[in-house]
Formats: sequence, C-alpha cells, structure tokens
Amino acid sequence: MKELSLNILDIAENSVKAKAPLTEIRIDETEKTLTIAVIDNGCGMTHEILKKVTDPFYTTRTTRKVGLGIPFFKMEAEMTGGTFSISSKSEKEHPADHGTRIEATFKKDHIDYIPLGDVVSTMTTLIQGHPESDFLFHHVFPGGEAFLDTREIRKELGPDVPLSEFEVITWIGEYLKEQYTSN
Amino acid sequence: MKSLAELQAIKDKMKDKVVLREGSAQKRVVVGMATCGIAAGARPVLNAFVEGVNKEGLSGEVAVTQTGCIGICQYEPVVEIFEPGKDKVTYVKMTAEKADRVIKEHLKGGKVVTEYTIAAFAK
Repeated sequence: MKELSLNILDIAENSVKAKAPLTEIRIDETEKTLTIAVIDNGCGMTHEILKKVTDPFYTTRTTRKVGLGIPFFKMEAEMTGGTFSISSKSEKEHPADHGTRIEATFKKDHIDYIPLGDVVSTMTTLIQGHPESDFLFHHVFPGGEAFLDTREIRKELGPDVPLSEFEVITWIGEYLKEQYTSN
Repeated sequence: MKSLAELQAIKDKMKDKVVLREGSAQKRVVVGMATCGIAAGARPVLNAFVEGVNKEGLSGEVAVTQTGCIGICQYEPVVEIFEPGKDKVTYVKMTAEKADRVIKEHLKGGKVVTEYTIAAFAK
C-alpha cells in the first residue's frame, strides 16, 4: 500500500464484514513511533481461524484463494522494526463480549516506513460505504488530536438522514480536516 | 470552528430530498473496495464518483456504493455500472480522471465510454 491510511481502510472493512456495530480506529503518534489499532465488536474469530489470518493463503473472500490485507499490514509494520498483534474473541465462544483487535506499531525514522497519508479520506470512504455502521476515530499526534464519533453525528441527524448523504460526508471531511489544521 | 450543531441545518435541508428519492429508479455505480482495489487506487476513484455525481446534479438518480472483491484483481480499480433494463458495464483500470469522463458521458450523457471498459482491455 502507498499509505498506511489505505491499510486502515482495508482492515476496517473486515470489521464491517464481521457485522461490527462499532469499529474503533485509534492512531497514537509520537515523534518516533506510530501505532494503529482497529478494534471492533463484530463476530470475532475462533482460535483456528485466528492462527491462519496472517497467512497470505488464507482469505474470507470467495472469488480467489489469496488474502493479503492482514499479511500486508503485519509486514509493513515489521519492516520498520515495529510490531504487530491480533487478538479475537468469537461470538460463538463469547456471546456477551466478542470482537477483534489488531494493533501495529511502526518506527517512523526507519527507511521502510510508509507515511500515514490521508486518514480523513479513509474515514469518509468508510462512512460513505457503510452508513449503518458506527466508527469511532481518535488520532493523537505530537501537538494535537483529531476525533470523530459517528454515533454523535447519527444522533444529531436523526433516523431519516443516512450518513452516506453527500452533504453529511462533505461535512465530516471538513470537520476532521479542520482539527488537523487548527492544531 | 465546525460544530455538531451544524448537522441540524443539513437535516432540515434533507427532509424534502429523502422523500423525493424513494420512488426514483436508480442507476448504481459500484466500486470494488477489497484489498486489491484499495491497493490499486480505488479510494480516489470512489471519491471522484461521490463528488462528481453530486456536482453534475445526478444524486437523485445515481447511487454510488462499495463492494468487496469482484474477482478480476489484475484490472483494479474496477467500477461496475448498473442501469435498469440495460446490461452491466464494467470499467477497469480506473482513475479519478477517467471517473469524471464516465460521469459526464455515461451517467449524464447515456453513452458508454467504450475505451475504458473491460472489453477494450481484454482484447
């Protein structure tokens, strides 16, 4: 991937596919490191599946036999001397408390570090494609932070206006961009 | 500084529009957004359709949606256009610039941009 924000989009799509009512995207950034966590309360995975997801020859897709989303993300983190972890609780085994958490830390001063890129565009794309799902976004960086909770937006808009409406998506994009420029 | 209260104005503006939209026959633009599509550049293509459809005043008749892997990863970014009573059109190797032309000529003008379709690439 050209930007880590594209990995975030890709990984979060898995959460939506796991029917997660809420997907949390956290980015914690210091001068030297960047940590991305995608945490959802979707259907989760069993131990057997969890062991296989970092293998490129395991995939949930039905159109071909290769799944590169999670292996890519893991490789990109480890290439910088960073770390990757994934944990999951399946709905079958943990009916009251299930979901998946993926976390990767990148070392920013490593030559193989891929820039974060346009996270605002990742968030608007996710929301446009999945207006029924909720997303909690929190990016803490040196000197500031950016925050978005679609549950708050949904509450303001009421039940009749989908979050995928052009005006809403545009507003969300501007709302986030402003938080980056005002810091 | 933007505040959540501004959403109230959007909500009020949308009231009439939502009712209007329910009955209209829709064209559908479907962008492949699996790992293959995203890595190949589907995000800017999707955004170009979302923005362009609105800019051309087509948001009442065209819905822009996302899907997973369509199965032809070597041709990503892939965009499929569905119109009632017509064959599906598959555009391949899309870019934001190509999306603009598809919006103007195909979605607005009714004429398929043949040179961007899979038939033109697979020859």
